[in-house]
Amino acid sequence: MIAVLVVAIGVLYGCGVYLILQRNLTRIIIGLAVIAHGANLLLLVAGGRAGSPPIAGTDATAFADPLPQALALTAIVITFGVTAYLLAIAYRSWLLTSSDIVEDDIEDRRIAAHLDSPPAHGGEHR
Amino acid sequence: MSDLVIPVALPLAAAAVSTMLGRFPAARRVIGVGTLLATTAAAVDLLLTVSDGSVVVGHIGGWPWPLGITLVADPLAAIMVVVSSLMLLVVLVYAIGSPKTSDETGFFHPVYLILAAGVSLSFLTGDLFNLFVAFEVTLTASYVLITFGGDRLQVRHGVTYIVISLVASALFLTAIGLVYASTGTVNMADLSDKLGEVTPALRSGLGLLFLVVFGIKAAIFPLFFWLPDSYPVAPSPVTAIFAGLLTKIGVYAIIRSHTLLFSHGQPSRLLLVVAALTMLIGVLGAVAQDDVKRILSFHIVSQIGYMVFGLALFTLAGLAAAVFYIVHHIIVKTTLFLVAGLMEERAGTGALRRLSGLMHTAPVLAVLFLLPALSLAGVPPFSGFVAKLALIQAGFDAGAHVTVGVSLLVSLLTLFSMTKIWAGAFWGDPMESDTIEPRRLPPLMVGATACLVVASLAFVVAAAPLYELGEVAARGLVDPSVYVTAVRGG
Repeated sequence: MIAVLVVAIGVLYGCGVYLILQRNLTRIIIGLAVIAHGANLLLLVAGGRAGSPPIAGTDATAFADPLPQALALTAIVITFGVTAYLLAIAYRSWLLTSSDIVEDDIEDRRIAAHLDSPPAHGGEHR
Repeated sequence: MSDLVIPVALPLAAAAVSTMLGRFPAARRVIGVGTLLATTAAAVDLLLTVSDGSVVVGHIGGWPWPLGITLVADPLAAIMVVVSSLMLLVVLVYAIGSPKTSDETGFFHPVYLILAAGVSLSFLTGDLFNLFVAFEVTLTASYVLITFGGDRLQVRHGVTYIVISLVASALFLTAIGLVYASTGTVNMADLSDKLGEVTPALRSGLGLLFLVVFGIKAAIFPLFFWLPDSYPVAPSPVTAIFAGLLTKIGVYAIIRSHTLLFSHGQPSRLLLVVAALTMLIGVLGAVAQDDVKRILSFHIVSQIGYMVFGLALFTLAGLAAAVFYIVHHIIVKTTLFLVAGLMEERAGTGALRRLSGLMHTAPVLAVLFLLPALSLAGVPPFSGFVAKLALIQAGFDAGAHVTVGVSLLVSLLTLFSMTKIWAGAFWGDPMESDTIEPRRLPPLMVGATACLVVASLAFVVAAAPLYELGEVAARGLVDPSVYVTAVRGG
């Protein structure tokens, strides 16, 4: 079971990194969410073998380790909140630029233009 | 115990109240300033308790160690909480005076208070996962603040900042998972023992992963590229508090993890090289820039190198100098960004090629800029000189001659880029806009900035006792047994 999870974690991280390297903001966001899922699974695997539900009053020796579950739960909530905010920013970005593509850095473009044609004043800052 | 909880819990509660008082801006301001005053008082009290090198521990919720949430204040953490609370307080006053952030219906105050809680928790936590939560609280608040105006530039550069922070968070979570898998605990005092038992290869792998995670937050070479892009677009008070505190949380986490969890006991060649490159690349970036805030942002990167240098030596003197340097840097850097905000407020731009002659039209501004700028470059008798002298002496004692040489060269280049701002913005003929229709600067903004300048001067006067305090903190870092025993027995 753990071997399956380990493969799943690897695939999730791989897909996430691939998506983050795209230029579409929505894909980047999905990529971040996928990596976060991988990290949560990793936390579960870190807890060791599966056991009975850790509920007070039952046999403590057969418990699954409850701590990684608590950690994963916290991490899920945090990822949820941050992803929601990032989606709002993506929507704002789409309203402002009518495009989902992350633009080039304006300062970088200015310096690049400056290097191509070195006039005395440089490009205009906007 | 209450001193430990107040800096974290009070701002959170105040943020909730502040959100509900959206229609009463005056009440919001009173709550914000009052909360941060109380936080500062609690932090100072905490520092007085631990200034003899002792450690205060609190187990939240009464769960037995090492299961529950542990808050720990050793001298280093207490120093950081005091300085950060003070900065948060002064910058809030500045923000209240600033037209960009005094937006009466906006969410500036509540979000700012949440940031304050996150910063305090990052310093006081004694548990890796809790550190992750503290980072997230701080970062989430900072995401809102950096895109506060919601204009095109802020959204574009805010996205860079958010995405890179989220990647770092995912890596942090991964690192925590791996640490838990190999040791079965996330409590830092407990890990201090148990990480000694894992295989050396695994231990250095984990150490490297944590260095990358915290290195992204601290903006060390080669992980700094996001900082000069994203910081300058935020409103001035926000940039100032980010510049002063957020990267220093990363530096604090590097220091904490490399003394408590992955202690070397001897100079680390990797960290020395990283420190030298961070200093050099940062300052070269600054020399090439034209905008005041961008120049200052590259200087943050450069200065982080000095702090990592102090840590990399792993000697008492090196760590004491690093602690002293961090405090000096937080004060001076925050001040410089506040002054940059004032310049923008006055002239309507931060581009050096458009600024000119501010010395004639705004002499107060010139003085407010000059003092911290000389301090940043390390000109005697300012605090930067004391900090750099201590660092360089420690470097010579430990035999790190190359990095010492680099740091001296970087000081010179820092002075050069400060004179560049001076020559561009303050010398020359007054700008047309400034002579025809001079803009008045809000007195609250000038007052807050002046307070910080005075604080940085007072810092020099009290350098000797403060350096001793730095040494007390460093002693606790070199020998973490006091920390570990206190957490275990508390």
